[in-house]
Amino acid sequence: MPEEIIGSCAVKRLNILDPQGNADENLLPPLNGQDIRRLYELLVLSRTFDGRALALQREGRLGTYPSILGQEAAQVGSAFALEKSDWVFPSFREMGMHITLGYPMHLLYQYWAGDERGLATPTGLNILPICVAVGTHIPHAVGAAMAASYRGDRNAVVCYFGDGATSKGDFHEGLNMAGVFRAPVVFICQNNQWAISVPFDRQTAAPSLAQKAWGYGFEGIQVDGNDIFAVYRATRTALEKARNGGGPTFIECHTYRIADHTTADDASRYRPPEEVADWREKDPILRLRRFMTQRHLWDEAYERHVQEEATAAVDEAVHRAESAPKPAATEIFDYTNAELSPRQQRQRKEVG
Amino acid sequence: MPQMNMVQALNLALRQEMARDPDVLLLGEDVGRDGGVFRISEGLQEEFGVARVIDTPLAESGIVGAALGMSLYGLRPVAEIQFMGFIYAAFDQLCSHAARMRSRSRGRFTCPLVVRTPYGAGIKAPELHEESTEALFCHMPGIKVVIPSGPYSAKGLLTAAIRDPDPVIFLEPTRLYRLIREEVPAEEYTVPLGKAKCAREGGDVTVIAWGSMVERTLKATEGYRVDLLDLQTISPFDEEAILTSARKTGRVVIVQEAAETCGFGAELAATIAARAILHLRAPILRVAGFDVTMPLPKLEDYYIPSVERIRKALDEVLKY
Repeated sequence: MPEEIIGSCAVKRLNILDPQGNADENLLPPLNGQDIRRLYELLVLSRTFDGRALALQREGRLGTYPSILGQEAAQVGSAFALEKSDWVFPSFREMGMHITLGYPMHLLYQYWAGDERGLATPTGLNILPICVAVGTHIPHAVGAAMAASYRGDRNAVVCYFGDGATSKGDFHEGLNMAGVFRAPVVFICQNNQWAISVPFDRQTAAPSLAQKAWGYGFEGIQVDGNDIFAVYRATRTALEKARNGGGPTFIECHTYRIADHTTADDASRYRPPEEVADWREKDPILRLRRFMTQRHLWDEAYERHVQEEATAAVDEAVHRAESAPKPAATEIFDYTNAELSPRQQRQRKEVG
Repeated sequence: MPQMNMVQALNLALRQEMARDPDVLLLGEDVGRDGGVFRISEGLQEEFGVARVIDTPLAESGIVGAALGMSLYGLRPVAEIQFMGFIYAAFDQLCSHAARMRSRSRGRFTCPLVVRTPYGAGIKAPELHEESTEALFCHMPGIKVVIPSGPYSAKGLLTAAIRDPDPVIFLEPTRLYRLIREEVPAEEYTVPLGKAKCAREGGDVTVIAWGSMVERTLKATEGYRVDLLDLQTISPFDEEAILTSARKTGRVVIVQEAAETCGFGAELAATIAARAILHLRAPILRVAGFDVTMPLPKLEDYYIPSVERIRKALDEVLKY
């Protein structure tokens, strides 16, 4: 019997907007000028939020913080495609998603300053708390998607993680189950090339992450993660598919972590500055601004206005976060169980 | 009242909870078409369908993680891990997420989730099929650990676990699955979590056991006047019941199947020492599994606390 080919995998990549701001007209998603300006404003707001967080950390006003610098389009573009009722399972580097969905920025600052109250998602949003453990939240998203199907809801579930997470067992178990049960879940991987000091080619021998989906029996696509139109379009398509019973999709946003892993890291120890400089040229905000300039959606006055608004919103959020009254010491007990055991009640009395 | 073994009692509890609440569903390896390797979910897929009794891929972390996601969404999943020796793959899900989600989200998201797993020695099974490492989960605030010792408590405790708003690890002693038959009400009932049951009332010695060891301790204490406390839930455990009895008898023997060092008995002994020491008339003794790897069937009987070892400890505290 001869050998035969029983399957083959083609890996798709979507690019719409190039670094010079030129867009492929045929692939541009249906966004009007107002939408595009909104996207731009969210990108600027996310970057302003992030820059302030880094400054606050240096002043000792925030704890260890993971910057999103350079990854704003992957976060804002994907979140912009979501409905408020959708369920989101984030990792820890998606503050651009939070901001886009309207998660209060002061809560994010509170959380990164070490206050658990920052993760109490406001009613009306279904964003799960930030998951610090890498990749272990992937099965949760799959279970929630299975639950949405079971209930007959049209909600989709989105799960964010990075390239490092794709090496974990829970990535495999989660994606495998998602494929088996055709769960309405969209996996958004921000492949920012570095898991602290470990580069992409030490995470996997595969040339792309998108192709991993093929092994689980569903579609994977790589998009230019610094191209907000590509990210938005791919996410929208995947969400529609999920809502219509088409099952899961894996989206690899090919992007770059411009900053250190966190404020506790020094990336100059392990990666060449030229690489960072190259990626700065591919900046997601710069290219959208170039595109908008071509379309007469951007000028200096608009830029000043956007920057001022972002700064004011961030000022307000910092003020709110820092003027929040200190939580009571007994609060360490209050959310451990629905009801405290007699021993926990005794311990609670000890602290106040 | 019908006579049932633990398998039948657990099956009935699942059936009644699924009939009562459409949010209750089952998932795990072989739980559907096969009814579970111990037949605990026998017939439930036929009755409730494949969407509610879900045969999953072979992936313990995925099963517990997905069940957790379902519970976050608002369902009340009951996940099965086929044997306790395989739950370690899901340890991260239980300890890093299930135990903490209520706290992490300041009460916005909760995990009303039950993870059932057969546990314990004495069934002549292969390696990792006879573990009793329940204490591992008692060190994780946020998780409850429940262990029935017979058909009646199995049904009532499982029903209570499914209705509980927090994650519960439910350990089923395999050796007792078909060993004991007793009267079990056909209708729904709960046995409250966190409460011990007095399985025998005496007064000379307080004997504390749970799960698989209750049956053996009942045998061992025949002819002795003991308070035998069956903890039923080990996290949180019924401190008051233990202290009340210990203060009365002044003598305490703890019987646990798990290895002695850092077993749950250590927590009990420390609690009694801290809060009842002036009532004690003898050292607190533990009869436990040895600090060895759980042996394969040829040698397992040397490991499991025997009637003789339990009696030796009773005699020792009585003559002290």
